[in-house]
Amino acid sequence: MGCDTWNDKLDAYFDGELPVEQARSLAQHLRGCSACSADGLARVQQKLSVRAAAQRFTPDPAFRSRIEKMIKPGTQPSRVGRWLAILASAAVLILATVFIVRSQGRAQQQVLGELADLHVATLASSNPVDVVSTDRHTVKPWFEGKLPFTFNLPDLQGTAFTLVGGRVAYLNRSPGGEMLFRIRQHQVSLFIFQDRAVRDSGGSERQTAFSFNVISWNHNGLRYFLIGDVGSEDLKALSELLRSAG
Amino acid sequence: MSENSLPGSFEQLALPLFDQLYNFACWLTQDRQEAEDLVQETYTKALKGFGSFQPGTNFRAWIYRILRNTFLTSRTGLRTVVPLDFEGEDEKLPASGETPESILLGQFDRQLVRDALDRLPVAHREVILLCDVEEMSYQEISQALSIPMGTVMSRLSRARQALRRTIHAMQKG
Repeated sequence: MGCDTWNDKLDAYFDGELPVEQARSLAQHLRGCSACSADGLARVQQKLSVRAAAQRFTPDPAFRSRIEKMIKPGTQPSRVGRWLAILASAAVLILATVFIVRSQGRAQQQVLGELADLHVATLASSNPVDVVSTDRHTVKPWFEGKLPFTFNLPDLQGTAFTLVGGRVAYLNRSPGGEMLFRIRQHQVSLFIFQDRAVRDSGGSERQTAFSFNVISWNHNGLRYFLIGDVGSEDLKALSELLRSAG
Repeated sequence: MSENSLPGSFEQLALPLFDQLYNFACWLTQDRQEAEDLVQETYTKALKGFGSFQPGTNFRAWIYRILRNTFLTSRTGLRTVVPLDFEGEDEKLPASGETPESILLGQFDRQLVRDALDRLPVAHREVILLCDVEEMSYQEISQALSIPMGTVMSRLSRARQALRRTIHAMQKG
């Protein structure tokens, strides 16, 4: 192998990158070739000069400390820490959801409890209604000027229900209408309040409060509650009549 | 023992390289403030991407690649780096033509070598620094610069030759 071929391999040789066999052969060649030896020496000395000259810049201690602070454990969450943080967040979310649901549940039960009280008080009264009439065109106008809203009542002719009358009721310091209906020997109260007065009373659903059946729904910003000791099917039938009246 | 104090944690792998990375960044940017920004951004990116680093592979080459890529996409990097138009990589290189005496005369003149390195294109400067200062293997350099091994060898050879020419020209001038 001639000097030109070896010359191409000098850098790799002095960088320690030449395969063992070739390195051994090149070493042998260098021992007998002054030109390649001189070239090799020049390369080694250049390499050493560069190493000495280029290690030049030293970082500022404040910068070092900033980087150390940035990457030291504790300043950035570990994988375990990240999972714990995620789990903690999830736990907080679940607890918050449970708290909100329970709070809403408590508020809802409170509203239903008060409506049950109003219904019982109506039944217990010797004057359960202030306007006594089976005619919806008498009962509805009676509320004019007494409530900050209006509502419709259905025509009950041909149904099992009879309108008994109505009066003004109060819930959470807000006025509402209470209508009393009769079906067979049972009496059912219909309460109508503005939605904002009973915001936490739940959506449209069937519930029970102190063994009374309750159906409630929203319509046009008003909240309707039917409450009574009748069966749920009767209550549902009356609610559908009322809903059909708009 | 926390995860971060285990051998192979980011801190244990990255912190010992701080001085070298800073030195390399200074040579690339030729500005200490920019070098600090570059190193900080490198550590931030490396820390963020450490999850994708494969344990057992070369961390040093990995973080140098991040630093270099960050530099190349920086304003200074885009302005500084010019493509090398002579990387056919198969041209025969002439012998250095040096004599032991000529090299001995200049070998301790560090400032001359520094000035000569400063004048080299970034592509030449970085490959010399990675090999001769960081003492990376060709394989590591290949990973750090994202170039094939053959290109590492030819580029290194050309870079060293260019450095020799520059030193000579400066000595004569």
